[in-house]
Amino acid sequence: MEEAADSREQTQDSQTDGSAETAHAAETSAQEELNPICIEIRKLNLYYTKNVHALRDIHLDIPRNKVTAFIGPSGCGKSSLLRCLNRMNDLNDECKIKGKIRIDGEDIYQKRVDVANLRRRVGMVFQKPNPFPKSIYDNVAYGLRIQGISSRRILDEIVENALRLAALWDEVKDRMDANALELSGGQQQRLVIARTIAVQPEILLLDEPASSLDPISTLKIEELINDLREKYTILIVTHNMQQAARVSDYAAFMDMGNMIEFDSTDTLFTNPSVKQTEDYITGRYG
Amino acid sequence: MKMSRIRKWATTGTPFIWVNAGAVAISLIMVVGLLVVLAVNGMSHFWPTDVMRGTYTPPNIGTNNSTTEFFGELVQSEEVSTEQLRDTGFELTDTDTTYQRQLIKFGNRDLIGSDFGWVVTEFVTDVDYPAEMSVLERRSWGNFYGFLDSVLERGNEVVSRQAGTDDTLWQEFHDRLLRVDALYQDIDQLERREIAQVNYQVERLRLQQRRLEIDGRDTAQALASIARERDALELQFIEHQAALNTLYNQVNRDSAVFIAANEQSVEIPLGEIVRAYRPNQLGFAGKLTVYFSRLSEFLSSEPREANTEGGIFPAIFGTVVMVLLMSIFVTPFGVVAAIYLREYAKQGLATRMIRIAVNNLAGVPSIVYGVFGLGFFIYIVGGEIDRTFYAEALPAPTFGTPGLLWASLTLALLTVPVVIVATEEGLARIPRSLREGSLALGATKFETIVKVIFPIASPAMMTGLILAIARAAGEVAPLMLVGVVKLAPALPVNGIYPYIHLDQKFMHLGYHIYDVGFQSPNVDAARPLVFATALLLVVVIALLNVSAAALRNRLREKYKALDV
Repeated sequence: MEEAADSREQTQDSQTDGSAETAHAAETSAQEELNPICIEIRKLNLYYTKNVHALRDIHLDIPRNKVTAFIGPSGCGKSSLLRCLNRMNDLNDECKIKGKIRIDGEDIYQKRVDVANLRRRVGMVFQKPNPFPKSIYDNVAYGLRIQGISSRRILDEIVENALRLAALWDEVKDRMDANALELSGGQQQRLVIARTIAVQPEILLLDEPASSLDPISTLKIEELINDLREKYTILIVTHNMQQAARVSDYAAFMDMGNMIEFDSTDTLFTNPSVKQTEDYITGRYG
Repeated sequence: MKMSRIRKWATTGTPFIWVNAGAVAISLIMVVGLLVVLAVNGMSHFWPTDVMRGTYTPPNIGTNNSTTEFFGELVQSEEVSTEQLRDTGFELTDTDTTYQRQLIKFGNRDLIGSDFGWVVTEFVTDVDYPAEMSVLERRSWGNFYGFLDSVLERGNEVVSRQAGTDDTLWQEFHDRLLRVDALYQDIDQLERREIAQVNYQVERLRLQQRRLEIDGRDTAQALASIARERDALELQFIEHQAALNTLYNQVNRDSAVFIAANEQSVEIPLGEIVRAYRPNQLGFAGKLTVYFSRLSEFLSSEPREANTEGGIFPAIFGTVVMVLLMSIFVTPFGVVAAIYLREYAKQGLATRMIRIAVNNLAGVPSIVYGVFGLGFFIYIVGGEIDRTFYAEALPAPTFGTPGLLWASLTLALLTVPVVIVATEEGLARIPRSLREGSLALGATKFETIVKVIFPIASPAMMTGLILAIARAAGEVAPLMLVGVVKLAPALPVNGIYPYIHLDQKFMHLGYHIYDVGFQSPNVDAARPLVFATALLLVVVIALLNVSAAALRNRLREKYKALDV
């Protein structure tokens, strides 16, 4: 099986507890209900236009219920890769994708895949907070209402839970009807995260979620990621090396559309196997 | 040295600011000036001016300096050259270069032939403003100026003028006038509601019978049933007619005798009189009352006498109803087209061509739309509707003739490019991140458009609608071809089923201005009405725009933090 060949990309480091077992389990029972590999990316190539080759032969297995960080210089394709996972690149007519992405063993680029349902399962938080110009409540309830949930009681409950989980509840519980655009940038970003987890996705894609925020808000987002890691498979793109080191279990270094190195965060940061990675991490890059 | 100082001053931007401020000031002055000219010329028409009595002795060639007495209102005065007066038949020997002449509204068209005339001030003598001079506004023949002499009931004198009893006489006349007014309201009610209803029912029966005949279902039984209904209506009609006759008989009971200029005595039935007042003895408050009474008549009643008297309510109503209908047609159509172009259509050569075509459509002269509306909507679509649904009424057309529906549709077509362009701009301004945010939550493109994009773009849509209204309400040329007429006192919306009569012709303020200004037989009487109507048209358009803008601002308020 292909997975066996890929095991070199899986960490053999047992410092991150359980990862050795999960990596081992991946080799033996790929189709099991609790497959430790959540996302399999095989030979993924992305072209924005004929001449812009954004991702080259990406090959990656992302473990379940772990935080995986993507680092690399600007324009290296981290965000592009993330946007492939919930088919956000579909919005661009000229964008062409080759290769396979399987989530829980299911090829998400197959014709019969319900894209809306895929995006509900694979939630995404963007670089800039993008709350809708609606009330705080309506923002969080948006995805639920799309799913046809209209009972006020159920909505209230899920909205409260999502906001609590996003550590925003105490700040907004008295003004749920206020326009979401009145919140501060950090609050808006946490609101967007609450909005995303309200629809109970399995995977969270965070595209530089803290890059436009002040240090305190950034800290809150990081704490939030720590709280969420139990329940979700989280993929985070970040420019901040310390942040990647702090929040992630695994890390991937990308450059020029290529996947250079993927390993457990500790290994990647302390003992990278590729020179390029080391240069980047130590700041000698470019 | 000096040049460099000027250049330095220029680089500070001060001259630029002055140029900008100057441009703004000139624009403001022009707008305010326009409104003031319209208001002064139009609104002064309703003010009751004093009526003079004078003697005029023009030195005309060939006649023996005939002397006439005249009553009238001064309208305007101007200087004319002696030369010019000689050419019009005056025998002037002196060498004065100019004379002053005055335009006087004589009224009494039934007696003298024309309401307006020029007199040369030099030859007017014995001018005074008698307190008993009365002005009558009549249903026909225009104004009447004269002295009340006596009040008659069925031809028998009730009260007549004697020394010192003038006020009693006027009071009696006035009381009887109020009674006639009340009777006229009853008549109006009867004619407009009851008799119109019966007429409508009779017409419906005729069409029903015709349909049965066309379908070959005209059995004796069905025909008998229709005949029975018709007989019942006939009876009803006769009843109404009798009631109407009684009312008219009552109206005709009273009349009054007036003395016009040159001691001419005239008997005027009270039913002929719309309003009577004595301007020379009215104080400011009294004149103000008359002013507002005339103004409200102008705004709320139908035109009389080839549109030169009375009100313009049907034109106001027609304009508003047409614009509203147009909005109902154009908004969904333009918005849906813009959403398709911006959100769904693949951006490429085809969409670019469509955009160019849409923009060019906005530049097509409006009369061309009128011709298209006539050729396509009325003859083709309307004709087909008539053949399919109103066959029983043929050969009289129902929708195959100019009417409200076609006028609104033609204007909707004329304004749809504006709505499309404005909506597209609004959609283009919505940040991509919001669409992605919605899609990332599992919404489909359609849900995203309906729940996120559409509300945010709604102010832009309203802007499009405002521009469309501004353009449509001022159009006249295409309307002449597709449904506007000179006189249509029956409103397109009334109490008779189906309440909105889309097939009906209607009046329009813009066309009314054209008609009164250019097609009127009585130019002097019509001129102030042209100004008043123009002012009203501006006000109506402004009101329509302001209400749409208020709606837009409420929507904008909601999304203001979004900076779109």
